[in-house]
Amino acid sequence: MILFIEQILNGVQIGLLLFLLAAGLTLVFGIMDLVNLAHGSLYMMGAYFAAVLTKLTGSFFLGALLALPAALLLGIVVEVVALRSLYSRDHLDQVLATFGLILFFNEAAQLVFGVAGMTIPLPEALQGQIQILPGLPYPTYRFVVVAVGLICALFLYWLVARTRVGMLIRAGASNREMVGALGINIARLYTLVFGLGAALAALAGLMAAPITTVRVGMGENILILAFVVIVIGGIGSVRGAFVAAFLVGLLDTVGRAFLPDILTLFINPIQAASLAQGLSSMLIYILMALVLVVRPAGLFPAPGR
Amino acid sequence: MALKLTPTRVVAAVVLAGFALLPLYAEIVGNSFVLSLGTRILVMALAAASLNLILGYGGMVSFGHAAYLGVGGYVVGILAYHGVTSAWVQWPIAVGLSAVVALVIGALSLRTRGLYFIMITLAFAQMIHYVGVGLYDYGGDDGLTLNARSDFGGLPNLDSRPQFYYLCFALLLVALYLMYRLVGSRFGQVIRGSKSNDARMHAIGFPTMRYRLAAFVIAGAVCGLAGVLLANQADFISPATMHWTRSGDLIVMVVLGGMGTLMGPVYGALTVLALEESLSSLTHYWKIIFGPFLVLVVLFGRGGIAGLISRWERRK
Amino acid sequence: MTGTILATQGLIKRFGGLIATDDVNLEIATGELHAIIGPNGAGKTTLIRQLSGEMRPTSGTVLLDGQDITAVPMERRSHMGLARSYQITSIFPDMTARENVSLAVQAHDGHSFRFWARAADDQRLTGPARAALDQVGLTARADIPANALSHGEHRQLEIAMALATKPRLLLLDEPMAGMGPEESARMVALLKTLKRHLTIVLIEHDMDAVFQLADRLTVLVYGRAIATGTPEAIRVNREVRQAYLGDGHGG
Repeated sequence: MILFIEQILNGVQIGLLLFLLAAGLTLVFGIMDLVNLAHGSLYMMGAYFAAVLTKLTGSFFLGALLALPAALLLGIVVEVVALRSLYSRDHLDQVLATFGLILFFNEAAQLVFGVAGMTIPLPEALQGQIQILPGLPYPTYRFVVVAVGLICALFLYWLVARTRVGMLIRAGASNREMVGALGINIARLYTLVFGLGAALAALAGLMAAPITTVRVGMGENILILAFVVIVIGGIGSVRGAFVAAFLVGLLDTVGRAFLPDILTLFINPIQAASLAQGLSSMLIYILMALVLVVRPAGLFPAPGR
Repeated sequence: MALKLTPTRVVAAVVLAGFALLPLYAEIVGNSFVLSLGTRILVMALAAASLNLILGYGGMVSFGHAAYLGVGGYVVGILAYHGVTSAWVQWPIAVGLSAVVALVIGALSLRTRGLYFIMITLAFAQMIHYVGVGLYDYGGDDGLTLNARSDFGGLPNLDSRPQFYYLCFALLLVALYLMYRLVGSRFGQVIRGSKSNDARMHAIGFPTMRYRLAAFVIAGAVCGLAGVLLANQADFISPATMHWTRSGDLIVMVVLGGMGTLMGPVYGALTVLALEESLSSLTHYWKIIFGPFLVLVVLFGRGGIAGLISRWERRK
Repeated sequence: MTGTILATQGLIKRFGGLIATDDVNLEIATGELHAIIGPNGAGKTTLIRQLSGEMRPTSGTVLLDGQDITAVPMERRSHMGLARSYQITSIFPDMTARENVSLAVQAHDGHSFRFWARAADDQRLTGPARAALDQVGLTARADIPANALSHGEHRQLEIAMALATKPRLLLLDEPMAGMGPEESARMVALLKTLKRHLTIVLIEHDMDAVFQLADRLTVLVYGRAIATGTPEAIRVNREVRQAYLGDGHGG
């Protein structure tokens, strides 16, 4: 039972990391109609910056604090240099151009940081475990990740639902031309939205850095998951991304944890392990296919689409 | 019928002639590597041509096309593993299975449009990729080595490099010709019209879904054949062939070569693979050049290589 | 004796809080030219969309020859004899005018699972396509890519494509939009010819054309049909004058 709750919490934690990534992606696509495959690269760079700066400064907190603005700056440079000219293009052009950016970033990262991955240790203050419930210890760091993720989710909710900027964002997701016609400075809104997305991606990356291996390709793996999340949630909807991220995170974690055991009931353990590995990766795609069959525009599509 | 010597035709003829004479050159120079590279280019050109049908002419951005390379390759690999090496058995099964897979994926995916379509095709490709990873008995993530190439029981002998090469060349030529006829036919008009303005197609009375699905299946089947050839060429098949980034490579070839043109896929495969070979000998990090190059092509190179040729043609 | 070819019963279309079609009961008699007029934003195009099948009403029914076609998709309605032209040009821009019309012909010439013979050489397609292009006056421009045609030629192409599907009922959404006086006169002449053997539902702002062509008018204001009748009856209708005609030329 305890194992089950632990896996649920892991699922929540992964779900929140996914949400951070997906929120930026869905906003950028919903408002700027930009398919940005290189979003995962921002996640990767956030992780790399955090790893390098942590090694340099000797403190994870300092490293993380410096990594965030560094990655944000990088994101804005990318937007101004490469992405601006893509807003008016069709999706295929955007897919290809950002695919090219992925290739560039991956190679550049290998060139600068080396081919082998990097690992950084958990910050001392956050090592160990805390008792969430009596008899239920949970790694402190993961708990902090959950907390930060929830705070970000609340912040985004406040931003989108309660502020003027948020209103522009929601309006833009429904009807881009109208927002421009109302005299709002579109270019600045776009840069703001993109910057927000980049910051969230980088935050997810730097938080993930101590608990995974920081290496080239980490961005693509989670990017696909993020795309699945926004498709399930409904493109342009932060709320949808939140719900979908939880679904995906939970399904993936719980599935991975318990599928081998379930399969062992039917076939021998070695085959079960291998089959489970393949099958559990498929679960979220099956979920996405099911959702799209029933609701082709996702669970919470932005109205007007 | 008078045959006009337009630049488009001349370039096409030169390139195809080059391919036809490559084995001769390889023999003379004594360089067998260039022959095996040439074979790979021909096979990828076939795969790109199949994608060009649905992407270039049909406007369906399928990000999961590499899956069919895997399906075709694994059928050959698995059958060979169990001792079935006759090409007459393997190849129809491989192509047939690819068609069935494409039918299922297409039936589900083609209900969606835009980014959703891209994502769902990507998702299905990932699923098939993970099926490959889960095939423990057949190598799983490490892949499966072919213990023997497909056997035709006579000619062509796939163990002979030149014979294999010419088989691939012949298949490519046949595919290109069939594509030419397909695109000019009534069916081709529906596919093109659907890309151009699907809503109007419905309004004038076309239930476009069934035609797009048919095109999707044809494309999948042809790509399955390419997968068969690829597995034979490399004597190896692994889930990596089906990774979504490989689908991205195929899209790059189609677009770079010129979407919706007959020779575009050939130019695209040739350029990408030749660039890959030459750049990677320069630097291990060749993608650092290729990435921005791709971005620039997208931004400024409308119509790819074939487009470049036809623009030059119009200016003359 | 003419019957009713197309009718709507209690047609309502809501977009969230906005009512675009407000309980419209339309009756189009076979063989008539029935014009729908009204100020901008009255919901005329939304109404046409529901008639052609592009949009589903929130409630109410659409009847063709007395049959309920509310749930029938666009492509089926085309085969039942309905054809539509678009207010905002909707053609195949990368194909020639001839190819555009040929496609429309092809849609009604059996299935298209023909993979070998060249469509461009197919007489069954090019013959009727040529006839439709002749009828609208685009013969000379048949082999020009559609995106290179002028605006007026686009409007002509729209009609040609609709005609090529051999309809019984034409839904024309502002065919004269953006046309100069000469082009408009030609379009009016064309419509006069067509109305002899087709039923036509015409949305137009050009009042001169409407009063020349229409057998009956329906006036739409804020999604509601406030009056239906002959042009003379509508002209003197007080409500209509107030809402629409009285404020000078509409559109």
